[in-house]
Amino acid sequence: MSIAEIIEATQHLTFKLDEEVFALDIAKVREVLEFTKVTKVPQTPDFMRGVINLRGSVVPVVDLRLKFGMTETQKSITTCIIIVEVSVDGEKTILGALADSVQEVLELEPEQIEPAPKIGMRLNTEFIKGMGKRDGEFIIILDIDKVFSMDELTMVQDAGGRTKDSEGKN
Amino acid sequence: MADMDKHKEAYMEEAYELLAELEDAMLALEETPDDGELIGRAFRALHTIKGSGSMFGFDKIAAFAHEVETVFDLVRNGKIPVTKQLIDLTLSARDHIKRLLDSPDGDTVTGGEEILIYFRKLAIQKEHKENRDAVAPIINECASKTENKNITFRIQFRPNPDIFTKGIDPVLLLDELCTLGNCKILAYTDAIPQLEDIDPESCYTYWDIIITTSKGMNAIKDVFIFVEDECKLSIDVIDDTGKFDEEFGNKKIGEILIERGFITQENLRKVLGQQKRIGEMLVEANVIEPQKLEAALSEQQHLREIKSIKETKQSTQQAEAASSIRVSSDKLDRLVDLVGELVTVQARLTQTAASKSDAELILIAEEVERLTEELRDNTMSVRLVPIGALFSKFKRLVRDLSAETGKEVEMLIEGAETEIDKTVIERLNDPLVHLIRNSIDHGIEQPGKRSSLGKPAQGLLQLSARHSGAYVLIEIVDDGAGIDPEVIRAKAVEKGMIAPADDLTEKEIFSLILAPGFSTAKTITNVSGRGVGMDVVKRAIENLRGSIDITSRKGVGTTITLQLPLTLAIIEGLLVKIGPDYYVMPLFSVEECVELTGDDIARTHGRQIANVRGKIVPYISLREQFSINGGKPSIEQIVITSIDGHRVGFVVDHVIGEHQTVIKSLGRFYKTIEGISGATILGDGTVALILDVVKLVQTAELEEVTTNA
Repeated sequence: MSIAEIIEATQHLTFKLDEEVFALDIAKVREVLEFTKVTKVPQTPDFMRGVINLRGSVVPVVDLRLKFGMTETQKSITTCIIIVEVSVDGEKTILGALADSVQEVLELEPEQIEPAPKIGMRLNTEFIKGMGKRDGEFIIILDIDKVFSMDELTMVQDAGGRTKDSEGKN
Repeated sequence: MADMDKHKEAYMEEAYELLAELEDAMLALEETPDDGELIGRAFRALHTIKGSGSMFGFDKIAAFAHEVETVFDLVRNGKIPVTKQLIDLTLSARDHIKRLLDSPDGDTVTGGEEILIYFRKLAIQKEHKENRDAVAPIINECASKTENKNITFRIQFRPNPDIFTKGIDPVLLLDELCTLGNCKILAYTDAIPQLEDIDPESCYTYWDIIITTSKGMNAIKDVFIFVEDECKLSIDVIDDTGKFDEEFGNKKIGEILIERGFITQENLRKVLGQQKRIGEMLVEANVIEPQKLEAALSEQQHLREIKSIKETKQSTQQAEAASSIRVSSDKLDRLVDLVGELVTVQARLTQTAASKSDAELILIAEEVERLTEELRDNTMSVRLVPIGALFSKFKRLVRDLSAETGKEVEMLIEGAETEIDKTVIERLNDPLVHLIRNSIDHGIEQPGKRSSLGKPAQGLLQLSARHSGAYVLIEIVDDGAGIDPEVIRAKAVEKGMIAPADDLTEKEIFSLILAPGFSTAKTITNVSGRGVGMDVVKRAIENLRGSIDITSRKGVGTTITLQLPLTLAIIEGLLVKIGPDYYVMPLFSVEECVELTGDDIARTHGRQIANVRGKIVPYISLREQFSINGGKPSIEQIVITSIDGHRVGFVVDHVIGEHQTVIKSLGRFYKTIEGISGATILGDGTVALILDVVKLVQTAELEEVTTNA
């Protein structure tokens, strides 16, 4: 995703993973929940934390810290689940993303957003829509559709297969 | 514009239904070609397709349907007989309209013109014939116009006294009249003179006849055609629309007065109570003879009777219309979802109430539980639709297939009223088509061969459905050649699916047919025999959580039984716990639960085999299978299931008990996870996973093979 697409001021929800601040397009966010019990689905990669009950619907929850190569999210008083609506292959899907804490809703002018540098991000630049600046602090604006794209889904399958294989040998 | 699209969509939906109706009517006409009701149905379907089609811009369909309708108008009026040719033609016309509907612009669809040429020929043939028999076409016209419409006539028939001398018996005429329709005859005897004055050769009696008939005025005139000069005859239409006592213009004075508020209902009734019947009063006043009055009264009664018949008919029709409404299935799905949620919340309420031990709360919780259960059952039943609609779709298939293969096949349908979940029905179509194709192509023999075998030339294909507990059993029975287990066996050996020495039961041999890549047909026809079918059928049925069973006797026939769950939304489950997590196992596969102690494990030297009352049962440790961390309890539980006739155990930490499981999809992110078929929400709001025991066993078997290799 190029920076050219962000041409007008957009509202973003900022949240923290570890000490870093990330942001999501507010239009993608449905609601923010307290951390509840997550049921792990066997034979899935670790970053797929499991499923929760969202008022009667079963919604998968992704540990963004694990997804981005950090340590597993530990439950704290501020931990929450951001429920997002992503389109996977043009189909709308509801997902939960674990965050250490949710910060605020932030309006960013286009000039406050820069394209992500190609290197030095320790993060797949595909996932990043741009870098926002505020008070000398960087905010990583995520392209949430890309984070949960079909390729990422395939990873789920592969990992599932791997876990199973390793078990077979045990 | 969007509005227009919506209308177009509605039209398409309606048109597809009308086409189905047309097809139904045609197939039924094949059996009873004279059924005017069926012809009427076909005509109406075509007429509506045409009418609404031109309204919403489906001009091609409208133009096409118009020509077909023209022919059907002639059929309806009895000018063209219902023949096999007509039925074939109409069915192909129906297919053409469907193709027109399917293609967005309709430009690419060809072939309509040829069909129309045939239809036109039919119509022209008829015209020629009509010109040849020059029998008063006007009368014909008249008769056909009034056909199907009941008209009530009053006939006053007063034969001349010398009618007997002309060799005419009026009673015979009256008898003939009676054959035309609902008839009431009243004889007037007041003209009969005193006995001494009677001339036995004269006719003194005259008659009033009230008749309701659909045959029209001409038919009545025909009856009297030879006596016209010998009598005084008047025929009047007293009702030609079937509408009696219409509110307008036919109101009684009392009613009008009440409406205007001049008098009350009660006042009127009182006054009326004092009043004598108008007839009695007239007789008293000597204005009219009692007999004439009787005639008038009988006319009145006749009209009332006809009216009441019509009203009953109408009210039943109305009742039918009111008894069903169309609801989009999305709304229904949402309703089912909500009820599912309600069931969950109710379970939570019951749990909370029990823990609070508050008598009043428990009472409320029980009430809610009862209501929720009722609501759940009702909502589920809304989704259930009779399977008959699906079955009758296959009539056409059977008809086409028998024509294609040159075999004569009669199809019988049983249990069409059996209800099953709509989703199941939708997904049953393809597997059933395949099975029926197989039965006709592989099963039923050519008529010649059948006769030589002493079977009736016409083969029999029976589709039946019935309830059996929480399942629906669907049977496809044919009286064809049956399956030869030896042929199947040889083929399987040839394909390397089994070893020549393998000892298989007949049931196991038949189940080989369901394996991928198995086809025994020596020649591949375009009907079946590519060997891709039966395993697809099996998978489709398994995806519906159903099973498939084949029994067959060589030379006698084959029976294929499908066992399907009534609904896909809720299952009876067994709730178990492993570590911190809950899982649900489908209860239908569970046979029993036994304990597994450390000693038991030690005794089998690490092999995963349990000794259950002397029988060996292999088991799968779900804790290991799912790599669940944490210590296991000292006494574990084995849930023993029966899968394809084999007993397999699943080791879990605890067995909690039965659980009404509302199935939730895990969504596309977990689509490929094997061994888990879905999730459900427990009373406390946590999510429990539903185990796919069949898949789990298959996975375990595969692993066994790879580990040992």
